[in-house]
Amino acid sequence: MSTKPKLYYFDGRGKMESIRWLLAAAGVEFEEEFLETRDQYEKLLQGGSLLFQQVPMVEMDGMRMVQTRAILSYIAAKYNLYGKDLKERALIDMYVGGTDDLMGFILMFPFLSAEDKEKQRALIVQKATSRYFPVYEKVLEDHGQDFLVGNNFSWADVHLLEAILMVEEKKSDVLSGFPQLQAFKAKISSIPAIKKFLEPGSQRKPVPDDKYVETVRKVLRMYYDVKAN
Amino acid sequence: MSGKPRLTYLNGRGRMEPIRWLLAAAGVEFEEVYLETKEQYEKLIKDGFLLFQQVPLVEIDGMKLVQTRAIMSYIAGKYNLYGKDLKERALIDMYVEGISDLMQMILMFPFSPPDAKEKNLESIKERATNRYFPVFEKVLKQHGQDFLVGNKFSWADVQLMEAILAVEEKVPGVLSGFPQLQVFKTKMSNMPTIKKFLQPGSPRKPPPDALYVETVLKVFKK
Repeated sequence: MSTKPKLYYFDGRGKMESIRWLLAAAGVEFEEEFLETRDQYEKLLQGGSLLFQQVPMVEMDGMRMVQTRAILSYIAAKYNLYGKDLKERALIDMYVGGTDDLMGFILMFPFLSAEDKEKQRALIVQKATSRYFPVYEKVLEDHGQDFLVGNNFSWADVHLLEAILMVEEKKSDVLSGFPQLQAFKAKISSIPAIKKFLEPGSQRKPVPDDKYVETVRKVLRMYYDVKAN
Repeated sequence: MSGKPRLTYLNGRGRMEPIRWLLAAAGVEFEEVYLETKEQYEKLIKDGFLLFQQVPLVEIDGMKLVQTRAIMSYIAGKYNLYGKDLKERALIDMYVEGISDLMQMILMFPFSPPDAKEKNLESIKERATNRYFPVFEKVLKQHGQDFLVGNKFSWADVQLMEAILAVEEKVPGVLSGFPQLQVFKTKMSNMPTIKKFLQPGSPRKPPPDALYVETVLKVFKK
């Protein structure tokens, strides 16, 4: 029996990608089972492993964890990526909440119509550059340290890097007004565990394509008519 | 200067209500500032209070906390409502996140267009009775304890209690198939801090009405 965490999700980013990032950043190897058919999903449901009938699900330390935030918090705490006390944890939670909201605009992007995609792309860039990136730019500028919280690498740094790269995929020069974030991106990318995750052949998933969208719709029988925010 | 936490939000439930519940359950007194105009909101942003330009905002222990989950996690951690170890915390987080998904449907309900209200109400009923309530009914039945996690009162119990009452307001009799949850509801109602919060005159807010919806649209209108 493997003691590695096992991730149950589609073969694509979705809500599981942040979990892959965090495990990778913590240097934790993991296995994946990809949902490809409705039957597989129904089997998981019938087996009782999905507490609220949903994925992501991560089997880890004898638990079948669901709810992305619960899974991420557990991993962050277990691998000392959650600050040194309650106040640092609160800061990390706040920062992660922001990047989570930003990535939320990108999460539904592949499911939108072509016309809505263009509008959503503009919205993502607008939110990133006017609401979210300025906050992290200022945090880094104010304390002058490499990491967002407590001068220590944490979940907040991993999540921010993930968000930056995802927004850059929508607009490649989006960091042009944010020198601190450019430096941050370079520094965090060069951390060995992260560098490895960014290389080809890692478990990082590519930008979702039509096949991914089709699979999700087929397996969940949902998300056929997704409207933009 | 008061040492009490200060909550800034509209005068209504919304995303602040679970925070009011949790503070009350922990026996913590708090102050409230109500947003009534767009100008008030814009001033808060201009003065640097709202990290991501959003409320809820809770000023507590020298911090200006935003992001509902961050605020709740801090309160739960500070007042020992977050389990005894990482695994209990994970269980509490799982339960709270699930309940939060259900509460999200109720949160959005007042803002749904009139022709979608009936469908949305049906969805709330369906999710509560088929997805969420059965989980907690089973948890309570299996361990036979009063509280959801670790035989101890926690954030998960407060959140479930809030959700039960909120769903009952929309779907009276929704607990009829859930004997464990009925017992749970009674037990929670009798806990001194919760009992006090359920009495008239407490900081608990009433169900959202037309005035509340109007205020939200006015304050946050672009």
